[in-house]
Amino acid sequence: MLAQILTALLAIVIAVGVSILYFAGTNWILDKSLSDRVEPDGTEVIRAKQRESIRPWLFIFPALFLLTVYLIYPVVETLRLSFYGGAGSTFVGLANYVWAFQDAEYLQAVGNNLLWLAIVPASACAFGLAVAVLADKVSWGVIAKTFIFLPMAISFVGASVIWKFVYDYRGPDAEQIGILNALITTFGAEPQAWVTLPFWNNFFLMVILIWIQTPFAMVIFSAALRGIPEETLEAARIEGANEFQVFFRIMLPQIMSTVVVVWTTITIIVLKIFDIVLAMTNGQWNTEVLANLMFDWMFRGGGDFGRGSTVALTIMIAVIPIMIWNIRRFQKEEGMR
Amino acid sequence: MAMVVGGAKAKAGRVAAHTALAVLVLIWTIPTLGLLVSSFRDKDQLIVSGWWSALSTSEQTGFGRTGTAEDQVERDGSFVIEGTFLEEGQAGSIATFGENQRNLSAFEAGETAALEDGGNFTLNADGTYSWVSETPFEHERGERIFFIAEVPPIFTLANYVEVLTSEGIGQSFINTLTVAVPATIIPILIAAFAAYAFSWMQFRGRQLLFVVVVGLLVVPLQMSLIPLLRMYNEIGELFGTDAKSYLGIWLAHTGFGLPLAIYLLRNYIGSLPRELMESAKVDGATHFHIFTKLVLPLSVPALASFAIFQFLWVWNDLLVALVFLGKRADQIVLTSQLRELLGSRGDNWEILTSSAFVTIVVPICVFLALQRYFVRGLLGGSVKG
Repeated sequence: MLAQILTALLAIVIAVGVSILYFAGTNWILDKSLSDRVEPDGTEVIRAKQRESIRPWLFIFPALFLLTVYLIYPVVETLRLSFYGGAGSTFVGLANYVWAFQDAEYLQAVGNNLLWLAIVPASACAFGLAVAVLADKVSWGVIAKTFIFLPMAISFVGASVIWKFVYDYRGPDAEQIGILNALITTFGAEPQAWVTLPFWNNFFLMVILIWIQTPFAMVIFSAALRGIPEETLEAARIEGANEFQVFFRIMLPQIMSTVVVVWTTITIIVLKIFDIVLAMTNGQWNTEVLANLMFDWMFRGGGDFGRGSTVALTIMIAVIPIMIWNIRRFQKEEGMR
Repeated sequence: MAMVVGGAKAKAGRVAAHTALAVLVLIWTIPTLGLLVSSFRDKDQLIVSGWWSALSTSEQTGFGRTGTAEDQVERDGSFVIEGTFLEEGQAGSIATFGENQRNLSAFEAGETAALEDGGNFTLNADGTYSWVSETPFEHERGERIFFIAEVPPIFTLANYVEVLTSEGIGQSFINTLTVAVPATIIPILIAAFAAYAFSWMQFRGRQLLFVVVVGLLVVPLQMSLIPLLRMYNEIGELFGTDAKSYLGIWLAHTGFGLPLAIYLLRNYIGSLPRELMESAKVDGATHFHIFTKLVLPLSVPALASFAIFQFLWVWNDLLVALVFLGKRADQIVLTSQLRELLGSRGDNWEILTSSAFVTIVVPICVFLALQRYFVRGLLGGSVKG
C-alpha cells in the first residue's frame, strides 16, 4: 500500500515534470533553432514571425493530440464499428441496426430513456427553481441551500446505496428498516419491494438522479434570480400581482434562457445515465437504459463491439441536436465579444 | 382594512414558504442522514429496527444454555445450578423468557417458572439465573431457555473497522486517490496552455478548432469506450503489458476532461485585460513567459474551479474505472468496490452504509471547503456533457 502511494506520488511528479519539460523544452528549442541572427554580410535576419507562427501549435499540441485520440478518433471508429460484426472485423452492413429495432431489450432501453427524459430534467428544474425562489424568501435560506447542495458531491453509486436503503423491503410481518416502507406501513399500507415493482421502479430510480441534479439546477437558478432587477418585481407587486403571478409572469420569463441551459445539461446527463441503473437493478425488472445496455454488450459473451457501438450511437444521435444548438449559441456569443 | 387582509395573506404566504422549504430540506437530507446513522449502529440492531429509532431501546431475541449436572451445587437440601446468560460487559437486560421459541414472553424477568423437565427456574433482568430442584440434576446437555432482551442503543465504529480492513474499502480508497490526483493535475496543465493559445495567440484555424472543442463538450463518453478498449488491448499485447493500468486511466480521464477544461479556462483567460498582455509584449516578453509568469498566477481561481470539478468527477466515476481498470485488489476503485459489495453483501447494511460513507466523505469535505470555487465553475461552464 505504501509502495502504491509512493508510485502515485511519483506519477504526479513525473506527469507534471514531463508536461513542464515539454512546454519549456519545445519553446526553448524553437527559440534556439529559429533565432534571429546576423549574416556574415551584416544583414540581420529576424525570424520572429516564423517563430510566432509555430509557437501556438506547441501550446495546443498536447491538448489536440489527446482530444483526437480520446474523443475524435473514437467517435469515427464507433460509427465504423456499428457496421461491423461482434469482433469488429467483418462488415455486416446494417445488420446491427436491424437487430436493434427487433431486440426487445434495446426497445425497452429506448423507451425507458424517453421516460427518464420526460421526467428527470423537468423535475430537477422544478425542484431547483422552487428551492432557489423559496430560499430567497426566508432568513435561513443559505443554510437550507447548503443542505440541499450536498447530494451533488455524492457519487451515483453512493447515492444508489443511500436510496436502496430508503427503499429497503422486508416481508409484511417484519419490522421495516427502509424509511419509505416504514412510512407507508404506519398509514396501514402493505410494504412494497419498490425496486422490483414493474414500471413504477423506473420512477424510483429516477428519484435518485433528480435528487442529485436538483442542487445543480438550484445553484444556477439562484445566480440567475439574483440577476433579475428588483424594480421589475416591486413594480408588479405594487400593481397588485400576487407572488405566483410575480413568479410566472415576471421572474420565469427573465430567466428562461438559463432554464433552457440547465434543462439541456440535465438532458445530456439523463441520456448517459448508467451507474444508478447498474447499481440498483442492472437493467432487470424492465429498467434497462441505453448506457447500461451498451456497457453490457461491451462485455457480454466476450463483447459484441458492433452491437455495443450501435447502442452508443443511439445516445450520440440524441445528443447531436444539442451539440449543434450549443455551437450556434457559442458562435452568437463570440460574435458579440 | 385592505392592509390588514393583505398582511394576513402575506403572513400565510411566508408560513407556506417556510414549510415548503423545510420539507424540501428534509427530503434532501434524510436519506443521507439515515446512511450516516446506520453506519454507526450495531449490526444486530440495524436489521431489527429502523435507523430513526436508533436512540431508543430495542428488543432482541436470544437464548441461553443452562449449566449441566456437573455445575450443580447442593444448598439447603436442594440442588442448584446458577450462571448468567448475558456475558460480562454485554449491554441490555432480560425482559421476558420462556421454555420454547414459540413463547418468548411466558414469564417476566425475575419470575420463577416450573420447567417441564423439573425444577424451578428463575431468570433475572441482569441475566443471572438459578435453577433449583429437589432431586439431583442428571442432564449432560444444558437446557435451552429463550428470552427477549431489551438492549440500549449501541453505537460503534466496528463497521468502519471491518470495511476498511477486511472488505477492501481501505485499499480501494488508496486506489481511488491514486487515480484521482494525477487525473486532476495533468489535464489542468495541458488545458491551460491550450486555453492561452486559443485566447491570445494568432494561428490559422483557431476559431474552427475551438468550435470543435465546444462540440466535444457534449460527446457522450459511451462513444469512446469501445474503440479505446480495443486500442488499449492492442497496445497491451504489443508491449506484452497489462492493458489495464493507472497510466491508461489517467490519460483517459485527461482526454475526457479536456474539453470542459479548455472551455472554462479560455473563458477566464480570454477575459483578462488586453492591455496587460500588450504591455508585457512591449517589454519583450515571449508568449511562454507571459503565460507562465503572468497568466498562470492570475488564473488560479479558474484553475481551482476546474480542479474541483475534475476531482469530484474522477472520484465519483464508475464507468471509466470499470472499463480501464481491473477488479484486482490493487486497482479496484471505491465506486467499483461499493458496487461489488452491493452485489455480494446486499443484505449487510452495516457493511454497505459504512462503505458508502467512506466513499462520499472526501467529495463532501472538498465540496464544503471549496464551495465558492465550485459554484463559480458551475456558473462558468454549465453546458458540460
